[in-house]
Amino acid sequence: MFKLENVKFKDIIEINELKIEDNLVTAVLGPSGGGKTTFLKLLNNMISADTGKIYYKNRLIEDYDPVKLRRKVVMLPQDPQIFKGSIADNFKFTEELTAKKYSDDEVYKELLKKVSLDKNLFDAAEKLSGGERQRLALARVMLLEPDTLLLDEPSSSLDLETEEKIIDMVVKYARNNCRTMIMVTHSPDIADEFADRIINIEKGKIV
Amino acid sequence: MENEAINIEIMQLVFAYIFVLILLTIVKKKDIGHQGEILLASFRMTVQLVAVGFVLDYVFANQNPFFSIGVLLIMEVFAIYNIYGRVQGEISSSLKKIIAISMFSGTSISIFFFLLIIIQIEPWYRADYFIPLSGMLIGNSMTGISLGVNHLVNGFKDNKKLIENYLMLGAEPLLAVKRITNRAFYNAVLPTINSMMGMGIVFLPGMMTGQILAGASPITAIKYQIAIMMGILGSVTLTVYFMVNKGSETFFNERKQINLE
Repeated sequence: MFKLENVKFKDIIEINELKIEDNLVTAVLGPSGGGKTTFLKLLNNMISADTGKIYYKNRLIEDYDPVKLRRKVVMLPQDPQIFKGSIADNFKFTEELTAKKYSDDEVYKELLKKVSLDKNLFDAAEKLSGGERQRLALARVMLLEPDTLLLDEPSSSLDLETEEKIIDMVVKYARNNCRTMIMVTHSPDIADEFADRIINIEKGKIV
Repeated sequence: MENEAINIEIMQLVFAYIFVLILLTIVKKKDIGHQGEILLASFRMTVQLVAVGFVLDYVFANQNPFFSIGVLLIMEVFAIYNIYGRVQGEISSSLKKIIAISMFSGTSISIFFFLLIIIQIEPWYRADYFIPLSGMLIGNSMTGISLGVNHLVNGFKDNKKLIENYLMLGAEPLLAVKRITNRAFYNAVLPTINSMMGMGIVFLPGMMTGQILAGASPITAIKYQIAIMMGILGSVTLTVYFMVNKGSETFFNERKQINLE
Protein backbone atom coordinates (compact mmCIF):
# COMPACT_ATOMS: atom_id res chain seq x y z
CA MET A 1 0.00 0.00 0.00
CA PHE A 2 2.68 2.51 1.11
CA LYS A 3 6.40 2.37 0.46
CA LEU A 4 8.88 4.93 1.82
CA GLU A 5 12.46 5.27 0.60
CA ASN A 6 15.03 7.59 2.22
CA VAL A 7 12.34 9.99 3.39
CA LYS A 8 13.42 13.03 5.36
CA PHE A 9 11.32 15.92 6.65
CA LYS A 10 13.19 18.75 8.40
CA ASP A 11 14.82 17.39 11.56
CA ILE A 12 11.59 15.69 12.51
CA ILE A 13 11.60 12.46 10.58
CA GLU A 14 14.10 10.28 8.73
CA ILE A 15 13.05 6.88 7.38
CA ASN A 16 15.38 4.82 5.18
CA GLU A 17 12.93 2.15 4.15
CA LEU A 18 9.42 1.14 5.17
CA LYS A 19 6.54 -0.79 3.68
CA ILE A 20 2.98 -0.77 4.96
CA GLU A 21 0.76 -3.58 3.73
CA ASP A 22 -2.82 -3.07 2.68
CA ASN A 23 -5.91 -4.37 4.48
CA LEU A 24 -4.03 -4.54 7.78
CA VAL A 25 -4.15 -2.54 10.97
CA THR A 26 -0.79 -0.90 11.64
CA ALA A 27 -0.08 0.84 14.92
CA VAL A 28 2.53 3.59 15.13
CA LEU A 29 3.98 3.75 18.63
CA GLY A 30 6.41 6.11 20.24
CA PRO A 31 6.89 8.98 22.68
CA SER A 32 5.21 12.31 22.03
CA GLY A 33 7.22 14.69 19.87
CA GLY A 34 8.87 11.74 18.13
CA GLY A 35 7.41 12.49 14.69
CA LYS A 36 4.33 10.21 14.62
CA THR A 37 1.86 12.88 13.47
CA THR A 38 4.36 14.14 10.87
CA PHE A 39 4.65 10.55 9.62
CA LEU A 40 0.86 10.35 9.06
CA LYS A 41 0.76 13.77 7.36
CA LEU A 42 3.42 12.62 4.90
CA LEU A 43 1.23 9.68 3.88
CA ASN A 44 -1.72 11.79 2.72
CA ASN A 45 0.45 14.65 1.44
CA MET A 46 -0.67 17.19 4.01
CA ILE A 47 3.08 17.88 4.02
CA SER A 48 5.75 16.90 1.49
CA ALA A 49 9.03 15.22 2.32
CA ASP A 50 12.17 17.32 1.78
CA THR A 51 13.93 14.35 0.20
CA GLY A 52 13.10 10.74 -0.61
CA LYS A 53 10.18 8.96 -2.19
CA ILE A 54 6.77 7.92 -0.91
CA TYR A 55 4.69 5.51 -2.99
CA TYR A 56 0.99 4.83 -2.62
CA LYS A 57 -0.19 1.77 -4.54
CA ASN A 58 3.15 1.69 -6.40
CA ARG A 59 2.77 5.27 -7.62
CA LEU A 60 4.64 8.29 -6.28
CA ILE A 61 2.27 10.36 -4.19
CA GLU A 62 3.43 13.51 -6.04
CA ASP A 63 1.85 11.97 -9.14
CA TYR A 64 -1.57 12.00 -7.50
CA ASP A 65 -3.80 15.03 -7.34
CA PRO A 66 -3.39 15.82 -3.60
CA VAL A 67 -7.12 16.29 -3.03
CA LYS A 68 -8.02 13.00 -4.73
CA LEU A 69 -5.29 11.26 -2.72
CA ARG A 70 -6.66 12.68 0.55
CA ARG A 71 -10.13 11.41 -0.33
CA LYS A 72 -8.65 7.89 -0.59
CA VAL A 73 -6.34 8.28 2.38
CA VAL A 74 -8.40 10.18 4.94
CA MET A 75 -6.74 11.43 8.10
CA LEU A 76 -8.49 12.00 11.40
CA PRO A 77 -6.45 14.40 13.54
CA GLN A 78 -5.93 14.14 17.28
CA ASP A 79 -8.61 16.69 18.15
CA PRO A 80 -11.07 16.64 15.25
CA GLN A 81 -13.13 19.80 14.84
CA ILE A 82 -16.88 19.45 15.07
CA PHE A 83 -18.72 21.51 12.49
CA LYS A 84 -21.47 23.96 13.42
CA GLY A 85 -25.09 22.81 13.36
CA SER A 86 -26.67 19.43 13.92
CA ILE A 87 -25.22 15.95 13.58
CA ALA A 88 -26.91 15.68 10.17
CA ASP A 89 -25.28 19.00 9.19
CA ASN A 90 -21.89 17.49 10.05
CA PHE A 91 -22.49 14.62 7.65
CA LYS A 92 -23.86 16.88 4.93
CA PHE A 93 -21.01 19.37 5.23
CA THR A 94 -18.50 16.53 4.98
CA GLU A 95 -20.17 15.47 1.72
CA GLU A 96 -20.19 19.08 0.48
CA LEU A 97 -16.47 19.42 1.20
CA THR A 98 -15.68 16.29 -0.76
CA ALA A 99 -18.02 17.03 -3.70
CA LYS A 100 -20.33 14.10 -2.89
CA LYS A 101 -24.10 14.09 -3.17
CA TYR A 102 -26.05 14.17 0.09
CA SER A 103 -26.90 10.68 1.34
CA ASP A 104 -30.27 9.70 2.75
CA ASP A 105 -30.83 10.18 6.47
CA GLU A 106 -30.92 6.38 6.76
CA VAL A 107 -27.24 6.24 5.79
CA TYR A 108 -26.37 8.76 8.51
CA LYS A 109 -28.43 6.84 11.08
CA GLU A 110 -26.67 3.61 10.15
CA LEU A 111 -23.29 5.31 10.69
CA LEU A 112 -24.36 6.58 14.11
CA LYS A 113 -25.27 2.99 15.00
CA LYS A 114 -21.89 1.75 13.78
CA VAL A 115 -20.06 4.17 16.07
CA SER A 116 -22.54 3.47 18.93
CA LEU A 117 -23.64 7.08 19.10
CA ASP A 118 -27.16 7.00 20.46
CA LYS A 119 -28.25 10.45 19.29
CA ASN A 120 -30.85 12.05 17.06
CA LEU A 121 -29.63 13.35 13.70
CA PHE A 122 -30.97 16.79 14.56
CA ASP A 123 -29.21 17.10 17.92
CA ALA A 124 -26.71 19.94 18.12
CA ALA A 125 -23.25 18.53 17.42
CA GLU A 126 -21.53 21.13 19.56
CA LYS A 127 -23.29 19.84 22.68
CA LEU A 128 -21.74 16.37 22.36
CA SER A 129 -19.21 15.20 24.99
CA GLY A 130 -15.56 14.50 24.13
CA GLY A 131 -16.12 10.79 23.42
CA GLU A 132 -19.26 11.47 21.42
CA ARG A 133 -17.41 14.04 19.31
CA GLN A 134 -14.70 11.50 18.54
CA ARG A 135 -17.36 9.02 17.44
CA LEU A 136 -19.09 11.58 15.26
CA ALA A 137 -15.74 12.49 13.68
CA LEU A 138 -15.11 8.80 12.96
CA ALA A 139 -18.60 8.41 11.50
CA ARG A 140 -17.88 11.35 9.18
CA VAL A 141 -14.71 9.63 8.00
CA MET A 142 -16.59 6.34 7.45
CA LEU A 143 -19.16 8.20 5.38
CA LEU A 144 -16.41 8.91 2.86
CA GLU A 145 -15.52 5.19 2.57
CA PRO A 146 -11.77 5.79 2.18
CA ASP A 147 -9.32 3.03 1.19
CA THR A 148 -7.05 3.97 4.05
CA LEU A 149 -7.78 5.49 7.44
CA LEU A 150 -5.06 7.46 9.18
CA LEU A 151 -5.92 7.97 12.83
CA ASP A 152 -3.82 10.25 15.00
CA GLU A 153 -4.31 9.08 18.60
CA PRO A 154 -8.05 8.75 18.02
CA SER A 155 -8.91 8.64 21.70
CA SER A 156 -6.03 10.24 23.58
CA SER A 157 -8.27 12.62 25.50
CA LEU A 158 -10.71 9.93 26.65
CA ASP A 159 -10.84 7.57 29.62
CA LEU A 160 -9.45 4.08 29.11
CA GLU A 161 -12.81 2.34 28.76
CA THR A 162 -14.17 4.76 26.12
CA GLU A 163 -10.81 4.70 24.36
CA GLU A 164 -10.86 0.91 24.01
CA LYS A 165 -14.49 0.91 22.86
CA ILE A 166 -13.82 3.47 20.11
CA ILE A 167 -10.69 1.74 18.87
CA ASP A 168 -12.41 -1.66 18.93
CA MET A 169 -15.26 -0.23 16.89
CA VAL A 170 -13.05 1.39 14.24
CA VAL A 171 -10.75 -1.64 13.95
CA LYS A 172 -13.78 -3.88 13.39
CA TYR A 173 -15.00 -1.47 10.73
CA ALA A 174 -11.63 -1.56 8.95
CA ARG A 175 -11.39 -5.36 9.06
CA ASN A 176 -15.00 -5.96 7.97
CA ASN A 177 -14.69 -3.55 5.06
CA CYS A 178 -11.19 -4.52 3.90
CA ARG A 179 -9.68 -1.14 4.70
CA THR A 180 -6.11 -0.30 5.57
CA MET A 181 -5.75 1.44 8.88
CA ILE A 182 -2.72 3.23 10.29
CA MET A 183 -3.20 4.36 13.86
CA VAL A 184 -0.88 6.47 15.98
CA THR A 185 -1.10 5.58 19.63
CA HIS A 186 0.85 6.26 22.79
CA SER A 187 -0.32 3.01 24.36
CA PRO A 188 1.65 -0.24 23.82
CA ASP A 189 -1.33 -2.18 25.24
CA ILE A 190 -3.70 -0.83 22.57
CA ALA A 191 -1.12 -1.52 19.86
CA ASP A 192 -0.65 -5.11 21.08
CA GLU A 193 -4.36 -5.74 21.36
CA PHE A 194 -5.58 -4.35 18.06
CA ALA A 195 -2.75 -4.06 15.53
CA ASP A 196 -1.47 -6.63 13.04
CA ARG A 197 1.82 -4.79 12.89
CA ILE A 198 3.55 -2.26 15.14
CA ILE A 199 5.99 0.43 13.99
CA ASN A 200 8.00 2.22 16.67
CA ILE A 201 9.07 5.78 15.92
CA GLU A 202 11.47 7.54 18.27
CA LYS A 203 13.18 10.85 17.56
CA GLY A 204 11.98 10.63 13.97
CA LYS A 205 13.50 7.23 13.27
CA ILE A 206 12.07 3.75 13.11
CA VAL A 207 13.50 1.65 15.91
CA MET B 1 -28.98 79.51 -6.78
CA GLU B 2 -25.37 78.96 -7.81
CA ASN B 3 -22.88 81.12 -5.86
CA GLU B 4 -19.12 81.25 -5.66
CA ALA B 5 -17.56 79.86 -2.45
CA ILE B 6 -16.52 82.48 0.09
CA ASN B 7 -12.77 82.94 -0.09
CA ILE B 8 -10.86 82.44 3.16
CA GLU B 9 -8.09 84.98 3.73
CA ILE B 10 -4.74 83.73 5.07
CA MET B 11 -5.23 85.58 8.37
CA GLN B 12 -8.64 83.99 8.83
CA LEU B 13 -7.09 80.58 8.12
CA VAL B 14 -4.36 81.17 10.68
CA PHE B 15 -7.09 81.91 13.18
CA ALA B 16 -8.51 78.41 12.59
CA TYR B 17 -5.40 76.95 14.21
CA ILE B 18 -6.84 78.06 17.55
CA PHE B 19 -8.55 74.65 17.62
CA VAL B 20 -5.14 72.97 17.64
CA LEU B 21 -4.13 75.21 20.54
CA ILE B 22 -7.28 74.21 22.43
CA LEU B 23 -6.44 70.52 21.96
CA LEU B 24 -2.81 71.08 22.98
CA THR B 25 -3.87 72.96 26.11
CA ILE B 26 -6.25 70.18 27.14
CA VAL B 27 -3.77 67.32 26.62
CA LYS B 28 -1.06 69.25 28.47
CA LYS B 29 -3.26 70.26 31.39
CA LYS B 30 -4.75 66.79 31.77
CA ASP B 31 -1.37 65.13 31.35
CA ILE B 32 -2.60 63.08 28.39
CA GLY B 33 0.61 63.67 26.43
CA HIS B 34 1.15 63.20 22.71
CA GLN B 35 1.64 66.94 22.10
CA GLY B 36 4.41 66.15 19.62
CA GLU B 37 2.10 63.90 17.65
CA ILE B 38 -0.62 66.56 17.51
CA LEU B 39 1.86 69.21 16.34
CA LEU B 40 3.30 66.85 13.73
CA ALA B 41 -0.17 65.93 12.45
CA SER B 42 -1.16 69.61 12.15
CA PHE B 43 2.13 70.44 10.43
CA ARG B 44 1.91 67.48 8.03
CA MET B 45 -1.72 68.23 7.19
CA THR B 46 -0.84 71.85 6.39
CA VAL B 47 2.28 71.10 4.32
CA GLN B 48 0.68 68.18 2.45
CA LEU B 49 -2.45 70.17 1.57
CA VAL B 50 -0.51 73.27 0.54
CA ALA B 51 1.72 71.12 -1.69
CA VAL B 52 -1.19 69.26 -3.24
CA GLY B 53 -3.04 72.55 -3.72
CA PHE B 54 -0.19 73.99 -5.78
CA VAL B 55 0.32 70.75 -7.73
CA LEU B 56 -3.38 70.50 -8.57
CA ASP B 57 -3.55 74.17 -9.46
CA TYR B 58 -0.76 73.62 -11.97
CA VAL B 59 -2.22 70.37 -13.30
CA PHE B 60 -5.71 71.87 -13.72
CA ALA B 61 -4.27 74.86 -15.56
CA ASN B 62 -2.20 72.63 -17.86
CA GLN B 63 -4.58 69.80 -18.83
CA ASN B 64 -2.53 66.88 -20.07
CA PRO B 65 -3.25 63.10 -20.10
CA PHE B 66 0.23 62.34 -18.72
CA PHE B 67 -0.39 64.54 -15.67
CA SER B 68 -3.75 62.90 -14.94
CA ILE B 69 -2.39 59.39 -15.35
CA GLY B 70 0.78 60.31 -13.42
CA VAL B 71 -1.22 61.58 -10.45
CA LEU B 72 -3.44 58.47 -10.62
CA LEU B 73 -0.36 56.21 -10.49
CA ILE B 74 1.11 58.15 -7.55
CA MET B 75 -2.18 57.80 -5.65
CA GLU B 76 -2.28 54.06 -6.39
CA VAL B 77 1.29 53.51 -5.18
CA PHE B 78 0.68 55.48 -1.97
CA ALA B 79 -2.57 53.60 -1.35
CA ILE B 80 -0.90 50.21 -1.87
CA TYR B 81 1.94 51.03 0.55
CA ASN B 82 -0.60 52.38 3.00
CA ILE B 83 -2.43 49.02 2.88
CA TYR B 84 0.84 47.12 3.55
CA GLY B 85 1.42 49.36 6.55
CA ARG B 86 -2.06 48.83 7.96
CA VAL B 87 -1.90 45.02 7.94
CA GLN B 88 -1.32 43.58 11.41
CA GLY B 89 1.70 41.26 11.25
CA GLU B 90 3.75 40.01 8.33
CA ILE B 91 2.21 39.11 4.99
CA SER B 92 3.79 37.08 2.20
CA SER B 93 5.25 38.69 -0.90
CA SER B 94 2.73 36.83 -3.06
CA LEU B 95 -0.17 38.30 -1.05
CA LYS B 96 1.42 41.76 -1.40
CA LYS B 97 1.50 41.23 -5.15
CA ILE B 98 -2.19 40.25 -5.18
CA ILE B 99 -3.07 43.33 -3.11
CA ALA B 100 -1.27 45.59 -5.59
CA ILE B 101 -2.85 43.94 -8.64
CA SER B 102 -6.35 43.95 -7.10
CA MET B 103 -6.05 47.58 -6.06
CA PHE B 104 -4.75 48.71 -9.42
CA SER B 105 -7.12 46.69 -11.62
CA GLY B 106 -10.26 47.07 -9.47
CA THR B 107 -9.93 50.83 -9.06
CA SER B 108 -8.90 51.43 -12.70
CA ILE B 109 -11.94 49.58 -14.05
CA SER B 110 -14.32 51.52 -11.79
CA ILE B 111 -12.60 54.89 -12.31
CA PHE B 112 -12.78 54.69 -16.11
CA PHE B 113 -16.33 53.29 -16.07
CA PHE B 114 -17.42 56.02 -13.68
CA LEU B 115 -15.72 58.92 -15.49
CA LEU B 116 -16.37 57.89 -19.07
CA ILE B 117 -19.77 56.19 -18.89
CA ILE B 118 -21.53 57.85 -15.94
CA ILE B 119 -20.09 61.38 -15.71
CA GLN B 120 -18.94 61.42 -19.37
CA ILE B 121 -16.09 63.89 -18.90
CA GLU B 122 -14.44 65.40 -21.95
CA PRO B 123 -11.58 65.15 -22.61
CA TRP B 124 -11.25 61.82 -20.75
CA TYR B 125 -8.30 63.11 -18.73
CA ARG B 126 -9.99 66.33 -17.54
CA ALA B 127 -7.94 66.73 -14.37
CA ASP B 128 -10.43 68.67 -12.18
CA TYR B 129 -12.77 65.65 -12.41
CA PHE B 130 -10.31 62.84 -13.04
CA ILE B 131 -8.06 63.43 -10.01
CA PRO B 132 -10.50 64.16 -7.14
CA LEU B 133 -12.99 61.47 -8.19
CA SER B 134 -10.21 58.90 -8.67
CA GLY B 135 -8.89 59.83 -5.25
CA MET B 136 -12.26 59.13 -3.65
CA LEU B 137 -12.54 55.71 -5.28
CA ILE B 138 -8.93 54.79 -4.46
CA GLY B 139 -9.22 56.00 -0.85
CA ASN B 140 -12.36 54.01 -0.17
CA SER B 141 -10.99 50.90 -1.91
CA MET B 142 -7.84 51.22 0.17
CA THR B 143 -9.91 51.12 3.37
CA GLY B 144 -11.91 48.17 2.05
CA ILE B 145 -8.85 46.14 1.07
CA SER B 146 -7.10 46.90 4.39
CA LEU B 147 -10.10 45.51 6.27
CA GLY B 148 -10.38 42.56 3.90
CA VAL B 149 -6.69 41.62 4.21
CA ASN B 150 -6.77 41.80 8.01
CA HIS B 151 -9.89 39.63 8.18
CA LEU B 152 -8.42 37.18 5.68
CA VAL B 153 -5.06 36.85 7.47
CA ASN B 154 -6.66 36.57 10.91
CA GLY B 155 -9.30 34.16 9.57
CA PHE B 156 -6.56 31.82 8.33
CA LYS B 157 -4.55 32.10 11.55
CA ASP B 158 -7.53 31.59 13.87
CA ASN B 159 -8.97 28.69 11.86
CA LYS B 160 -5.79 26.87 10.88
CA LYS B 161 -6.87 23.65 12.63
CA LEU B 162 -10.32 23.71 11.08
CA ILE B 163 -8.91 24.29 7.59
CA GLU B 164 -6.47 21.41 8.12
CA ASN B 165 -9.39 19.23 9.19
CA TYR B 166 -11.22 20.02 5.97
CA LEU B 167 -8.12 19.30 3.87
CA MET B 168 -7.53 16.00 5.66
CA LEU B 169 -11.04 14.92 4.69
CA GLY B 170 -10.23 15.71 1.05
CA ALA B 171 -11.63 19.20 0.57
CA GLU B 172 -10.46 21.49 -2.23
CA PRO B 173 -8.57 24.37 -0.53
CA LEU B 174 -10.81 27.15 -1.81
CA LEU B 175 -13.91 25.30 -0.66
CA ALA B 176 -12.28 24.70 2.73
CA VAL B 177 -11.83 28.45 3.24
CA LYS B 178 -15.06 29.60 1.64
CA ARG B 179 -16.58 30.80 4.90
CA ILE B 180 -13.42 32.74 5.79
CA THR B 181 -13.20 34.44 2.41
CA ASN B 182 -16.93 35.27 2.40
CA ARG B 183 -16.65 36.78 5.88
CA ALA B 184 -13.56 38.81 4.87
CA PHE B 185 -15.38 40.12 1.79
CA TYR B 186 -18.49 41.11 3.77
CA ASN B 187 -16.48 42.84 6.52
CA ALA B 188 -14.57 44.80 3.89
CA VAL B 189 -17.65 46.16 2.11
CA LEU B 190 -19.66 46.67 5.31
CA PRO B 191 -18.39 50.23 6.06
CA THR B 192 -19.47 51.33 2.57
CA ILE B 193 -22.92 49.77 3.04
CA ASN B 194 -23.22 51.37 6.50
CA SER B 195 -22.22 54.75 5.20
CA MET B 196 -24.94 54.47 2.51
CA MET B 197 -27.45 53.68 5.27
CA GLY B 198 -26.77 56.88 7.23
CA MET B 199 -26.14 59.17 4.28
CA GLY B 200 -28.33 62.27 4.16
CA ILE B 201 -29.87 61.60 7.58
CA VAL B 202 -27.02 61.04 10.01
CA PHE B 203 -24.54 63.15 8.06
CA LEU B 204 -24.06 65.08 4.87
CA PRO B 205 -21.28 63.46 2.90
CA GLY B 206 -18.06 65.37 2.20
CA MET B 207 -18.41 65.62 -1.52
CA MET B 208 -21.96 66.96 -1.31
CA THR B 209 -20.97 69.46 1.39
CA GLY B 210 -18.04 70.61 -0.73
CA GLN B 211 -20.18 71.12 -3.79
CA ILE B 212 -22.84 73.06 -1.87
CA LEU B 213 -20.13 75.32 -0.35
CA ALA B 214 -18.72 75.83 -3.84
CA GLY B 215 -22.11 77.12 -4.96
CA ALA B 216 -23.77 74.10 -6.56
CA SER B 217 -27.45 73.55 -5.96
CA PRO B 218 -28.29 70.74 -3.51
CA ILE B 219 -30.02 68.86 -6.38
CA THR B 220 -26.84 68.84 -8.46
CA ALA B 221 -24.87 67.94 -5.35
CA ILE B 222 -27.03 64.89 -4.53
CA LYS B 223 -26.83 63.64 -8.09
CA TYR B 224 -23.04 63.68 -7.84
CA GLN B 225 -23.17 62.18 -4.39
CA ILE B 226 -25.37 59.29 -5.51
CA ALA B 227 -23.14 58.69 -8.52
CA ILE B 228 -19.93 58.75 -6.47
CA MET B 229 -21.43 56.39 -3.87
CA MET B 230 -22.25 53.91 -6.62
CA GLY B 231 -18.73 54.35 -7.97
CA ILE B 232 -17.22 53.79 -4.50
CA LEU B 233 -19.41 50.72 -3.97
CA GLY B 234 -18.34 49.30 -7.33
CA SER B 235 -14.66 50.04 -6.77
CA VAL B 236 -14.64 48.58 -3.23
CA THR B 237 -16.54 45.51 -4.43
CA LEU B 238 -14.21 44.79 -7.35
CA THR B 239 -10.93 45.39 -5.52
CA VAL B 240 -11.94 43.41 -2.44
CA TYR B 241 -13.44 40.58 -4.51
CA PHE B 242 -10.21 40.18 -6.53
CA MET B 243 -8.05 40.42 -3.43
CA VAL B 244 -10.05 37.98 -1.28
CA ASN B 245 -10.36 35.33 -3.99
CA LYS B 246 -6.86 35.49 -5.39
CA GLY B 247 -5.34 36.32 -2.00
CA SER B 248 -6.73 33.17 -0.36
CA GLU B 249 -4.90 31.07 -2.97
CA THR B 250 -1.58 32.42 -1.67
CA PHE B 251 -2.11 30.56 1.62
CA PHE B 252 -1.74 27.22 -0.17
CA ASN B 253 1.17 25.75 -2.12
CA GLU B 254 1.00 23.81 -5.39
CA ARG B 255 0.41 20.55 -3.45
CA LYS B 256 -2.67 22.18 -1.88
CA GLN B 257 -1.03 22.27 1.54
CA ILE B 258 -1.73 25.14 3.92
CA ASN B 259 1.18 27.51 4.14
CA LEU B 260 1.00 30.14 6.89
CA GLU B 261 4.72 30.67 7.44
